[in-house]
Amino acid sequence: MGKQRINNIFKSGDNDILSIYVTTGYPELESMPVLVEELAELGVGFIEVGMPYSDPLADGQTIQYSSSIALKNGIDLDKYFAQVHQVRSKVDIPLIFMGYFNQVLRLGVENFLQKCLNSGIDGLILPDLPPEIYKENYKAIFDKYDLSLSFLITPTTSDKRIKLFDELSSGFIYVISGSATTGKTNNFTNSQLEYFKRINRLKLNNPKVIGFGVSNREKYLIANKYSDGAIIGSAYIKALKNSKDYIKTTRQFVDKILKS
Amino acid sequence: MKYEVNRLGFYGKYGGAFIPELLHFNIEELEEKYKEIIAEKSFQKEFQALLKDYVGRPSPLYYAKRLSEKYNTKIYLKREDLNHTGAHKVNNTIGQILLAKRLGKTRIIAETGAGQHGVATATVCALMNLKCIVYMGEIDIKRQAPNVARMKMLGAEVRPAKSGSKTLKDATNEAIRDWINNPEDTYYLIGSVVGPHPYPDMVALFQSVISKEIMDQMMDKEGRTYPDRIIACIGGGSNAAGAYYHYLDDNRVELVSVEAAGLGLKSGESAATSVLGSDGVIHGSMTLLMQDKDGQIIEPYSISAGLDYPGIGPLHAHLIETGRSIVLSATDKEALSAGLLLTRLEGIIPALESAHALAALDKIDFKPNEITVVNLSGRGDKDLETYIRELKITE
Repeated sequence: MGKQRINNIFKSGDNDILSIYVTTGYPELESMPVLVEELAELGVGFIEVGMPYSDPLADGQTIQYSSSIALKNGIDLDKYFAQVHQVRSKVDIPLIFMGYFNQVLRLGVENFLQKCLNSGIDGLILPDLPPEIYKENYKAIFDKYDLSLSFLITPTTSDKRIKLFDELSSGFIYVISGSATTGKTNNFTNSQLEYFKRINRLKLNNPKVIGFGVSNREKYLIANKYSDGAIIGSAYIKALKNSKDYIKTTRQFVDKILKS
Repeated sequence: MKYEVNRLGFYGKYGGAFIPELLHFNIEELEEKYKEIIAEKSFQKEFQALLKDYVGRPSPLYYAKRLSEKYNTKIYLKREDLNHTGAHKVNNTIGQILLAKRLGKTRIIAETGAGQHGVATATVCALMNLKCIVYMGEIDIKRQAPNVARMKMLGAEVRPAKSGSKTLKDATNEAIRDWINNPEDTYYLIGSVVGPHPYPDMVALFQSVISKEIMDQMMDKEGRTYPDRIIACIGGGSNAAGAYYHYLDDNRVELVSVEAAGLGLKSGESAATSVLGSDGVIHGSMTLLMQDKDGQIIEPYSISAGLDYPGIGPLHAHLIETGRSIVLSATDKEALSAGLLLTRLEGIIPALESAHALAALDKIDFKPNEITVVNLSGRGDKDLETYIRELKITE
């Protein structure tokens, strides 16, 4: 279904969308489909399905750690797409590929995008693909496929550049809450809130989802106040790391975020 | 120049800045200012003075008589091994530290594999009284204890990179992450012609003092500005980029890059990126790199810690693709014997990296009157232990 599946959740008028990041292959090689199914049932809006990478520049320690375990567990792209395909037959929740551009490049951009569509991925996040290079070299190819592509913006991104990202993005724009790799910040500061307000004043075409540093219910609610959704990654992975029963941990984690 | 980077930082299809948006601000600041700052008179004055009085430049172009006799040709050695800190690396760190100061940065970070670039960075930070943090793979820290001690004595903090394979590529990742988290006061001082644009171009520019000097020295000794051939080793490729720079558009000069074949090209333990690699993105740059079927980066191997990088600089990928440079490779064994040969014929113990360039002499058909310059990028003091162990010198 691709892009439309993502657009639908933002159109549905549902407020306070929660998105969760899952590392494929972590904590166990086959755990991702189980976790996705559970998360969908618990009321999560969409899922970033992470494909582990050997050199994840934009990730903080927690997600790096989960990626290295997943690679040791034997995850690879064939297994990734097979697991996505398997869980797609059971859930209708939007699934977003999150990985690094070299993974796309290595398979060939067209081949990769086709595999995404075939397996049931609806969109992509590629944090190391910059907009200028995308526009010049890859946009024409991406446009042929019914997949969303969400760019990331940060507090140091200029208004002019945010407009460029808005023009190039589909599905949603990923608003990085602070200038730090994932999982670093404890609270939203005033300057972060000012930054959220500045983005809102720009009246972007795409829905905005805030991520990086969203770790608890309070921050989730504040993030949603200023945007259309919030993404939680490191905090969830950290919970899994300390867990013996990852289904139970997932339930408790999501309930704590969504239920007052 | 034909081999300059374009607007987006590409050499042909290689290069660019494939960076997370989190780094855009840092890179943009650098990209907007580096050319202008480097061109300033006061910058050039300070840079040239330090190269002369602190580094000891110009480095000699030495006619290696006995080596030439052995190969029945004319071989010159460009003596980068005589620089302060023992290698070409310092040309670049001097340049970048002056740039960092002019950008108002107070905290310097760097990555290092064997520790040569780390030492060169710690050295200029001591000189300029700037805080210095060097990221080094946990495994490399164990392998290169003397250089770790040197960096600490120079006042640098050495932070172990514990992620991934715990070597150079991971140290580079950690340094980039540090930069993302400290965008305002921190300058990332990259050690080779790798990384996102503008680093490859900037580092090549600072190293280009090598080819500039070769031109003058050739004129002096041979009455013409160019040799017939330049040979240099490549890991990331900064010494080669520096030695080639002013000759890139001069097709009379054959450019020979020598990669580390490790235990052999087909052994699975190699760092010969141009043979074993394919197009991909590493550390923010599109280039040739060693990767598996899914684009996961493969850890390379060479006896020389300065050559075991899984990629090469994008300029070199472009030179190779266009046929402007040719690539040879040398195994650990070949490099070790070439190092010993130079020691016995000329009384110069080369770094293991440079020994790879020397090993290529066995693979070239020379004409008697041809002039070849080998870029002797570093001295072998740091590698003595390896030479002694592998060549059983003390037995």
